[in-house]
Amino acid sequence: MLEALKERVNEDAGLVRRGRYLTTTFLLQSGETCWLVSIFEGRVVSVTRGPFVMPSSAFALRAAEAEWAKFFLAKPPPGSNDLMALIRRKVLKAEGDLGLFMAHLRYFKEALAKLRPVAAGAA
Amino acid sequence: MSATFEPIIGRYMHLDLFGRPHRIYVEEAGRGTPLLCLHTAGSDGRQYRALMNDTRITARHRVIAFDMPWHGKSSPPAGWHDEEYQLTSAQYTTMVLTVMSALELDKPIVMGCSIGGRIALHLALEHPERFRAIIGLQAGAHVDPYYDVNFLHRPDVHGGEVCGAIVSGLVGPDAPEKERWETLWHYMQSGPGVFKGDLYFYKIDGDIRGRIAEIDTKRCPLFLLSGEYDYSCTPEETAAVARSIPGSDVTIMKGLGHFPMSENPDVFLNYLLPVLDKISA
Repeated sequence: MLEALKERVNEDAGLVRRGRYLTTTFLLQSGETCWLVSIFEGRVVSVTRGPFVMPSSAFALRAAEAEWAKFFLAKPPPGSNDLMALIRRKVLKAEGDLGLFMAHLRYFKEALAKLRPVAAGAA
Repeated sequence: MSATFEPIIGRYMHLDLFGRPHRIYVEEAGRGTPLLCLHTAGSDGRQYRALMNDTRITARHRVIAFDMPWHGKSSPPAGWHDEEYQLTSAQYTTMVLTVMSALELDKPIVMGCSIGGRIALHLALEHPERFRAIIGLQAGAHVDPYYDVNFLHRPDVHGGEVCGAIVSGLVGPDAPEKERWETLWHYMQSGPGVFKGDLYFYKIDGDIRGRIAEIDTKRCPLFLLSGEYDYSCTPEETAAVARSIPGSDVTIMKGLGHFPMSENPDVFLNYLLPVLDKISA
C-alpha cells in the first residue's frame, strides 16, 4: 500500500521543496501491518514494510485497515477525507513527537494524499 | 489591460469595546436590508468577498462584514503584547451588538460561520428582538477538543503554516482551487495565537448545549446551513441543533465544507439565495 509513496512524493518538486527542513522517520500502521517511512530534506528515501523487532520512529500514525482504505479512495467520503478528520473521529491515533508532525502537517497530509488514485484525465 | 474595481468599500471604525478603544475594519457593499456577516475563527471578513460582489445579493441587501479585533485589518487593542487573547461568549455578543449600534443597523439579518454560527445561536437565544432573521453556517452547540490547540501558538511551530494545515481538510472536495487556497491563505495570515484564542470560545466558553432548546424561532426565524464535509461542526451536530429548536430551518449543503461562503461561493449562493427569499417574503 505505502510503497508508492517514495516515487509519488519525490516527483512533486513543490512538495519536496516545502519539506526541505524535514528529516525524520515515522511509522504508519494499518491494522497489523506497519511501515517505516524515512524522509531526508523532504525526499522520501525509504519505505520499509514490517514486521519489525524494535521499530524506532519520531511518531506513529495508527488506524484500522478499513479506515485507511476509505482515506485512500480517489474521493473519500466525509469524515475520511483528511488526517484531522480521522483524528476527530478517534479512528486515527497519532503518537510520539507530534510537534514534528504538526510543524510539517501540510507536508504529511499532502504526502499521504499522494497515494490516492488520480482520476483519468485529471490534472 | 485596464484595472477594475470591486464595489466593496472598506473603512476603519473607532469605537470602545469592553471598555477599551478599538480600531475596527469594516467592509460593505450593496443597498437594502442589512446583512451582517461574521467570519470564522482565525480568519477575517474577506471570507464574504463573493457575496459582496454578487448583484443577486447586493441589489437587495447591504452586506457588511467587520474584522473582529485582532483579525484581518482590525488591530488588537493597545497593550495586546502583554496579553493572551481569549474570546468569550460575553465579549463576542457585546462586540456584535456594539458594532450593530455603531453602524445604526436596524434589525439586520445576521449570518455567522463556525464561531460566527455559534454566536448566532447565542444571539438567537439572548437577543432575538434585535434581528430580522439569524443564519447559522456550520453552527453547532459545542465541539469537543480533538487536537491539542497549543500547537497553534508556540515558537517552534510556524503559526501560519499550522493554522492553514489544520483547517485545510475542512474545505470541501469540490472547492475550486483558487477559492480553496484563498480561504487557507486567510488562516495563514492570522496573527500569533489568534486562532487559538478564538477556539477558547468555540471549544470551551461558548458551549450552549444546555440552553439550545430555549431558542424561540417565533421571536426570530433561524436558518441553519451546514456543509456535508465539515468534520469540525458535522452535519449530524447541526441536525441535532435543529431537532432541539422547533421551527428552525436546516439544510445540509452537498459537497461543501466548513467555509461555504469562501471555499465555493457559487455553490453556496444556490443555498443562500432561497433562504434570503424566505426571509424577505
